[in-house]
Amino acid sequence: MNKLLLMTMFLLFSVVVFAQQKVEMADTLRSNGKIYTVVAVCLTILIGLFLYVFLIDKKINRIEKEIGDKK
Amino acid sequence: MNKSWWKILSFLLLIYTIIAGFLCNVPRLPILNETIRNLYFHVCMWFGMMILFGVSFYYSIKYLRTFQFKYDIYAHCFASVGSFMGILGYLTGFLWVNVTWITDQSQSIGSVLKEPKLIGAAIALLIYGAYFVLRDSFTDMDKRARTSAVYNIFAFAMLFPSIWIIPRIVGSLHPGAPGSDSGNPALDRKDLDASMRMVFYPAVIGWTLLGVWISTLKIRLSLLKDKIDSNE
Repeated sequence: MNKLLLMTMFLLFSVVVFAQQKVEMADTLRSNGKIYTVVAVCLTILIGLFLYVFLIDKKINRIEKEIGDKK
Repeated sequence: MNKSWWKILSFLLLIYTIIAGFLCNVPRLPILNETIRNLYFHVCMWFGMMILFGVSFYYSIKYLRTFQFKYDIYAHCFASVGSFMGILGYLTGFLWVNVTWITDQSQSIGSVLKEPKLIGAAIALLIYGAYFVLRDSFTDMDKRARTSAVYNIFAFAMLFPSIWIIPRIVGSLHPGAPGSDSGNPALDRKDLDASMRMVFYPAVIGWTLLGVWISTLKIRLSLLKDKIDSNE
């Protein structure tokens, strides 16, 4: 009985290990630190986009004030 | 400045989304592999779209109750930015399909095209497309605002059946479709662990707030144009 239990446990354990090894992830990209380049590129784009939206916001603010003053 | 705290919040949340979204650990799942990180971008587009359409629906009702012209402009701008986010969601979905649904399990392009959620989302976006066509086809301002507000309510009523209810009934390729345990054809709750939720929910809020910000810019421009037109 004990042997059987031990065997099934090992079997299950090996299945779990197998399942974890099978899934490929970008581990090299992370280990050599190149992922930080990707993050930096995305952050640059995001900050650029936000800056652009912010400038449009400011411009509309100014025009709103100008038109409001005329009235 | 204190009025625009949510714009700063959106900025910070999206910075956090990109940093944590690329660097944090995600569950190691077959087929999905690293593409599970698309959850922070692709899925957020759809959530943002639904929220913006909801806001548009709210202003359409408000227009019909008060007949103030500005609410019609609000509804129109929120719906247009919402549609834009929907189109972005669609395009990013195509990219994701290529690596997860087509290459695996001998799925062909035909089985992907039968995907009810894809068809439903297309129907929903086309209904909103008709909203813009309808709105632009009137020359009489009052009639335009009134008809398009009524139509917008109909469009919103069609949105949830076509993207949520029908895929739930007929089954979907999206994770968590009927047959799996959660029965929710968008995301399998069991696929998300706590660390993914910590990024996903802020990401939804961040992208939605960005959509709202762009909508308010469009609204202010339309109102300005309106003011200039009425002064002339």
